[in-house]
Amino acid sequence: MSDDTITIEVDGKPYEAKKGQMLIEVTDANDIYVPRFCYHKNLSVAANCRMCLVEVEKAPKPLPACATPVMDGMKVSTKSAYAVEAQKSVMEFLLINHPLDCPICDQGGECELQDLAMGYGRDVSRYQEQKRVVQDKNIGPLVQTDMTRCIHCTRCVRFGEEIAGLQELGATGRGEHMLIGTYIEKSMCSELSGNIIDLCPVGALTSKPFRFSARSWEMAQYNGIAPHDAVGSNIYFHVKDDRVKRVVPAENEMINEVWISDRDRFSYEGLYSDDRLLAPMLKENGEWRQVDWQTAFQTIKERLEEIIATDGANRIGALAAPTSTCEELYLLQKLMRGLGCHNIDHRIHQVDFTDQDVAPLFPWLGMPIAELEALDAALLIGAYPRKEQPMINHRLRKAVLKGADIMLVNSVDYEFNYRTSDKLISSPGVLPAMLAAIVKVLLESDNKAVGKDVERLVNQVQVEETHRQIAGKLASAETRAVLLGNVAVAHPQFSAIRYLADMIARLTHANFGYMSGHANTAGACLVGALPHRTVAGLATNNTGLNATSMFEEQLSAYVLLNLEPELDCWDGQLALTALQAASCVIAMTPYMTTQIADYADILLPIAHYAENEGSIVNVEGVRQGFCSAVTTVGESRPAWKVLRVLGNTLNQAGFDYNTVNEITDELAGMLDDIKPGLTDGGQLPGALSIANGSLQRMTDFQMNSADSLVRRASALQQTRDVADGAVHINNESANKLGISTEQNVLVKQNGVGLQLPLLIDDRLPDNTVLIHAAHPACYALGPWFGDITLERC
Amino acid sequence: MTETTAKELSKHAREEIDRWITKYPPDQKQSAVLAAMRVVQHENNGYLTTELMDAVAAYLDMATIAVYEIASFYSMLETEPVGRHSISVCTNISCMLRGSDEIVEHIERKLDIKTGESTSDGRFYIKQEEECLAACCGGPMMMIDHKYYENLTSGMIDEILDKLD
Repeated sequence: MSDDTITIEVDGKPYEAKKGQMLIEVTDANDIYVPRFCYHKNLSVAANCRMCLVEVEKAPKPLPACATPVMDGMKVSTKSAYAVEAQKSVMEFLLINHPLDCPICDQGGECELQDLAMGYGRDVSRYQEQKRVVQDKNIGPLVQTDMTRCIHCTRCVRFGEEIAGLQELGATGRGEHMLIGTYIEKSMCSELSGNIIDLCPVGALTSKPFRFSARSWEMAQYNGIAPHDAVGSNIYFHVKDDRVKRVVPAENEMINEVWISDRDRFSYEGLYSDDRLLAPMLKENGEWRQVDWQTAFQTIKERLEEIIATDGANRIGALAAPTSTCEELYLLQKLMRGLGCHNIDHRIHQVDFTDQDVAPLFPWLGMPIAELEALDAALLIGAYPRKEQPMINHRLRKAVLKGADIMLVNSVDYEFNYRTSDKLISSPGVLPAMLAAIVKVLLESDNKAVGKDVERLVNQVQVEETHRQIAGKLASAETRAVLLGNVAVAHPQFSAIRYLADMIARLTHANFGYMSGHANTAGACLVGALPHRTVAGLATNNTGLNATSMFEEQLSAYVLLNLEPELDCWDGQLALTALQAASCVIAMTPYMTTQIADYADILLPIAHYAENEGSIVNVEGVRQGFCSAVTTVGESRPAWKVLRVLGNTLNQAGFDYNTVNEITDELAGMLDDIKPGLTDGGQLPGALSIANGSLQRMTDFQMNSADSLVRRASALQQTRDVADGAVHINNESANKLGISTEQNVLVKQNGVGLQLPLLIDDRLPDNTVLIHAAHPACYALGPWFGDITLERC
Repeated sequence: MTETTAKELSKHAREEIDRWITKYPPDQKQSAVLAAMRVVQHENNGYLTTELMDAVAAYLDMATIAVYEIASFYSMLETEPVGRHSISVCTNISCMLRGSDEIVEHIERKLDIKTGESTSDGRFYIKQEEECLAACCGGPMMMIDHKYYENLTSGMIDEILDKLD
């Protein structure tokens, strides 16, 4: 027994506790119920609701259990007449101003106040005076306010300060006039704001999209995994009448603790978009016709066999969304490879594949997510975790609060919700040179033999003070990491960035990892949805075409799994041109869009999100399975079933699965011994490009435009984290070009000219143009990175 | 996409705030927020605006909502436009016994406004004073623009108010 263990007595029984613990932590750990409103285990102690008052021997008055540290020999009564009298009195005070509107309150049935009023409230109120009324505020499209119901527990205020890192809500006024709000009319801009809905113990903060659509007791709860980033947050679907009504977090301390991002919480709305594809469709002579599954499969068989006979199997390309499940991707690659086609890929956000043979087995974080909070220093390269992986950002923020240095190399000076130290913001072409300069500093101080080639490479760059600062902080910290983000992976010189980042990590003994990727990028790599590797990362003799060359080669046929290539792919225009030119495009898709209708020939409706079943692997390498929470709409089927029948139809062996678990088990057998590792260094880049003053385009990913589901979630589309279809440039570069926001500018890239609105964005370095990914008005411009010109219209 | 830059504080206000900041530990300059708002309110004819509060927040590196919380909590900080002369009549026990109620009534009648209101010409504001102003030996008393006037009579009030611009 360690020294800090003490014994206290609660309700007559002895319990062990640790010194410094609050009483409520001990009672909670031992299943002794103490009522509470303001206390929350993940927030600071406020002790302002007073509901947790208990009797402590020798104390002159009841003490709040949440703010009373335990002491050896302390004797506590939680249910004595004295304690209950105190709790009941507090309850009477809390109910004084609370409206009796439970029948029309969304919180009704899952309300902590309602529950406790049953246990501690009086039957009749003694309060005769006028109740106060508080005006509701509009705090954005996600959270509905009914502030008259507020009991001032300040959980939402503390959440903003302590977890979201953005103080947006506060308690203004005092006494009876105190109220919770933003003071001025303002939308919350935290990407975690939805969590205050769960935190609010009453009905003051409820979900706006969910409002009045179900009562809590009418819904069934099913487990799920959030599919929007590489974290794989655990969620619950709340389902009524076979429809997802809302999503709430499921607790998992190792992954998302008790929080989820707004994107994970509100994306379910996209499931019920009007453009869901409800039945298989066939295009004949330019006309779409609804067909039965059998006809669709037979047609696919005929068309594919014809193409294989005339053009060869290598004239087919299969491209899958990295959000697809392991089972779907496994079957897709099995089917394609069975047909003799190796053109299969999921890396739709990448363009530089030169080092793919030495790339890690899968883009791995290199450490458990939970350990991020123990870092002392981290270098984030081309990363904006705050909006790209909010739960990873939350861990980094915890590290910063403990004193960690977060350093940045990027092309946009993003706003973080914590203090960042040194940053290098430069136009995208110069990012590798920035990293090379850090390598140069590290080599100066550490005479490691790295070879003449590396020395020659780094000698091309000039070292500045910031490079020294970053190198110094990384080298001197105790636990450190070098982490790549989405922009790094999408960068045209990704292999150079990876090589140099890896070298920085080696020289500083830092952990090297990826934060990037989609929900199942890791799983896709593991099950062989790659042109150069099969299941479990085994190299293949028949390397196929990657996601970009598949379109450059303009193949005869394409098989698409859950993709909107014009929005999702690195060069949407290239993809669209190739798809339009192909003689057969088979799209397994949950949605029917005008673009799909234009280029596809056969459409197969598939289950999406909560309707689907299978497993996905997160950036930490954790595989998480999920079952369907609702039945699929119309005649759509889970994609694994579609691929299974397709395999049988095309006379492929080994497609006789009855349940998704059979595939999962087969995969488990092949993958269980795999250890995620990072391979040696990568491939030494050639020359480093230095800023040459030309205008460079870059692209970033707005969190609520990231995939087909979230793009259709209407409430999230009203937030500011969506692709805006504008051309961003800093003030100085705009002045130099003689363009202004008053009128659209003529944007020319890749031989295409478009008129787009201009937005002055001083987060950007000079000569850099930012256009968001996945905006329907912009994909015609083509590549996400490259030369671009702007002119007055 | 930076937020619109907050309204600039005057040179005098900045100097005054800087003087207060030196009184606190270097990493706790937000401690100067009350002094800062007092200065800024004084310079702005006796009330704060959202823009001014935002400027104070930016200057002291605080969240704007934290400044709004403070401004709305303290009764000596005005967050709505008020008349430029702020009249506080003490109505606590000593002054009440010495007839402060009649004093309040007289002022309200003379200015034709109720307590808590400002005159339409923007000259006067009768503040709801909640605390004892600590001049019990001179009751009834009032404070106008931080200046105390004691042993009041109706006649004195007319004279005092008429002299103010």
